[in-house]
Amino acid sequence: MSSIAIKGVKKAYAKNAVVHGVDLEIATGEFIVILGPSGCGKSTLLRMIAGLEEISGGEIWIDGKLVNKLEPRERGCAMVFQNYALYPHMTVAENIGYALKVAGVPKAERMQRVAATAKVVGLEAFLDRRPAALSGGQRQRVAMGRAIVREPKVFLFDEPLSNLDAKLRVAMRAEIRRLHRRLGATSVFVTHDQTEAMTLGDRLVVMNGGRIEQVGTPAEVYNRPATRFVANFVGSPSMNLMEGAIDRHGVFVYDEQRRIPLPGALDARLVGHKIVLGVRAEAAKLVEAGTPGSLPATVDFIEELGAGRVVHTDFDGLSFAVALSDAATFETGDPVGVMIDPADIHLFSIESGLRIDLPASQPAHATSL
Amino acid sequence: MVERTPIFNAVCQIVLFIGLLTVLLPFLIVVIAATHDIRTVNTVPMPLVPGSDLFANLHEAWIRADLGRKLLNSFLFAGTVAAGKVLLSSMAAFAIVYFRFPGRMLMFWLIFITLMLPLEVRIVPTYAVAANALAPFQAILDVTGISWLIRNVSGLQVKLEWGLLNSYTGLILPLVATATGTFLYRQFYLTVPDELAEAAKMDGSGAVRFFVDILFPLSKPNMIALFTIMFVWSWNQYLWPLLITTDPNFGIAVTQLKHLIPSEFGLPDWNVAMAGTLIIMAPPLIVVILMQRWFVRGLISTEK
Amino acid sequence: MEKRATFSSTTIGLLFALPMLVLIFVFFYWPSGQALYWAFTLEQPWGGGNTWVGLQNFRQLLSDPYYWGAISRSMVFGLGSTSIAMGVALLLALFTDREMRGHKAYRSVFIWPYAIAAPALGLAFRFILAPEAGFLSLINQIWPGLWNPALDGTDAMIAVIIAFSWKYVGYNFIFFLSALQSIPRSLIEAAAMDGSGPMRRMWDIQLPLLTPTLFFLLVINITESFQDSFGIVDIMTQGGPARATELMVYKIYFDGFKGLDYSGAAAQSIILMGLVVLLTIVQFRFVERRVHYK
Repeated sequence: MSSIAIKGVKKAYAKNAVVHGVDLEIATGEFIVILGPSGCGKSTLLRMIAGLEEISGGEIWIDGKLVNKLEPRERGCAMVFQNYALYPHMTVAENIGYALKVAGVPKAERMQRVAATAKVVGLEAFLDRRPAALSGGQRQRVAMGRAIVREPKVFLFDEPLSNLDAKLRVAMRAEIRRLHRRLGATSVFVTHDQTEAMTLGDRLVVMNGGRIEQVGTPAEVYNRPATRFVANFVGSPSMNLMEGAIDRHGVFVYDEQRRIPLPGALDARLVGHKIVLGVRAEAAKLVEAGTPGSLPATVDFIEELGAGRVVHTDFDGLSFAVALSDAATFETGDPVGVMIDPADIHLFSIESGLRIDLPASQPAHATSL
Repeated sequence: MVERTPIFNAVCQIVLFIGLLTVLLPFLIVVIAATHDIRTVNTVPMPLVPGSDLFANLHEAWIRADLGRKLLNSFLFAGTVAAGKVLLSSMAAFAIVYFRFPGRMLMFWLIFITLMLPLEVRIVPTYAVAANALAPFQAILDVTGISWLIRNVSGLQVKLEWGLLNSYTGLILPLVATATGTFLYRQFYLTVPDELAEAAKMDGSGAVRFFVDILFPLSKPNMIALFTIMFVWSWNQYLWPLLITTDPNFGIAVTQLKHLIPSEFGLPDWNVAMAGTLIIMAPPLIVVILMQRWFVRGLISTEK
Repeated sequence: MEKRATFSSTTIGLLFALPMLVLIFVFFYWPSGQALYWAFTLEQPWGGGNTWVGLQNFRQLLSDPYYWGAISRSMVFGLGSTSIAMGVALLLALFTDREMRGHKAYRSVFIWPYAIAAPALGLAFRFILAPEAGFLSLINQIWPGLWNPALDGTDAMIAVIIAFSWKYVGYNFIFFLSALQSIPRSLIEAAAMDGSGPMRRMWDIQLPLLTPTLFFLLVINITESFQDSFGIVDIMTQGGPARATELMVYKIYFDGFKGLDYSGAAAQSIILMGLVVLLTIVQFRFVERRVHYK
């Protein structure tokens, strides 16, 4: 049974729609990450689940109960806010225990549960402090503790790590993951950081412009992006995308010098059409200029990453990134060849942006455009 | 937020509505009373349907309290005091924030402490100073022996005198000094990025140019906010104008309210009194309504 | 906070500050010093300078039952009007902050009273609360003689308190509302997620976070009740009936300018100044607390 069901949920402010009919099923115990650029409606969606925003249309079900009209406190969700939203006039213990106090939990039990929670998030030594006397990471833990203590059915995270420095963020990421394994509660985590999304989520929900672009495991989203937007948004560096036409031999033509044969059987319906072809930087190799089958390019600039390098090449105006792990050296302005493995290419419709899957062998059974 | 608290919401709305009535009712009564004739205004309860004598009452109040002259004086007085406060406090704050001379902090505290000396509290001696604004300097010269020196050297008796009673200067000058305005400006200057002054210096401008060309124009919102609250404040001054202007030529509108109090004998003409009140309270009210954003902003930031 | 970029010319800096410094010297420090001087001296009749009398003026003042009356009336007036003005304003601000229908209209109208000059609203309320005409005279029609501020001291005190509170509801409202709006929205949301309803949130979150504003306004209101009350009292009751509304500032004015007792008035000024200074210091103690939460 699914823990959260979102059916055709919409949100509009005045006449201005920010979420257009979103459908999503979240299984019990699942860790879902909603990923998208700022303004894509991901936080609004989360706040609608929490009950902090009214729903303009559609239904939200939590644990088999329609919650559209329920107040936040009746939904059994706990939330970690981006700025933590700690009560400045309460101590750490009071902050963590506030929800229990409101719920009328007797003082003895409350204190015991606060103590237990503090232990889980490693704050035993700070229970009497005010938030102002805590570091960023500690505040983050208080916010987590405040959510954990209630033993909620659902955890909601609204970009909780974005105010931390890079190192702390990695540490907290691991901690959240461990905590989830331990508590097993359904979690919805909103972020614009794709690394965070990939490492945390059982499944990712990629949103753009108030719509869901793709739902899938991190691997699925990375390996088989459902739309041109997802291909571009997920992965670092971004997937290389080129627009070109398919000729009658089933070869993708970017320009006269740069042709890429499509793998598998020819899909007759694609012939003559303009299309978007995507290649991940890791799926391309740099070879000596003029190597047969390679695309001619010049080295534009090189990003040193320590573990490897990303060479940004230039296709007469189009930038194309290639990830290298070997020690081969290049200089800006060097002519090179880019070799692409046909098995590693992605095709997207130029009109709808949707992924086009090529048939493995049988012709004429291709996905429609 | 999804919230179903119909009862509490209703309570809130009712309380707010009662609050609204409480705030508006006195205005309403003043306006309605100003429209009645003398007999109707004295009936109990006073009819809430407006009468037809508004203009007659306004006219009568206008004549009786000499409002033409007095309103003009009020505008002059309030406008000059507010403008003076803006100018002086922008300058003083500039000195405090943008210079590093010794005694700067002492200056800051000297201005700051005046917050604790409201006019009403030191009214008697301030009045005495206004009788001769140069008395402090005379006293200094006397005490230091300079006047004795001058008398012995040149045979001249030093007698500094500048009476401010019954003059616009006396009405305005003592009210121009302000600690609150100085703090508003100080806070604003502190938010101006350092780079601006550095860039101006690189461009070859000195302190005065920087103040005139950059800081002053930049502080426009501040200026409007401070001017608005100070105008309202000055317009509503009562005790000082009451004391300093015994000559009706220099009187202001608010002190005229005293002449509008109905006589104890005979039927009180509250209709005329309320008509006068209406005229006198209108200008600051209009300023607040029109400039609400600035007014609120100025109040909040001066008092911090 | 200090500026990194400053100008070095001391002369120019001093010149900028000079007008303000001269004004505060002539109209603040000199009179205050003079008040001190007068408070410890006695002016000889028909000139001849002042003679030093030490604490005699104060001793005389503090043994004067009328002065103690003015002090206690000022306290009643100050505490009464402050608690009404602040209580009502707090309630209105808390409810307006919920942004229900019409909150924009409430937000602007509640500020209006503060724009009215104290004597003007004094005259308005003198009419509204008049025993024989106006608005409250209705009471006298039902229970004859119940309400008469012109004759009954308590009624007169109630009348000036109502008038003053009415004005300062507007003032306090501005500050309460702005303080409420500066509380991060997410704190309220977090409390809602923690299960507390609107009333509980007011009590548990908003009110505690308002304490600095509360203390600040308490001091300002009491200080203002010393000063701004003059216009109201002068127009509404002239200190009467039988001194029932003679507050401290009114008595200073009366003794100084009607009674021409400069020394007595100066001694009263010094005591009042002391009170105001004391309140200001108290306020600064609490300003520190405000910083503490951030």
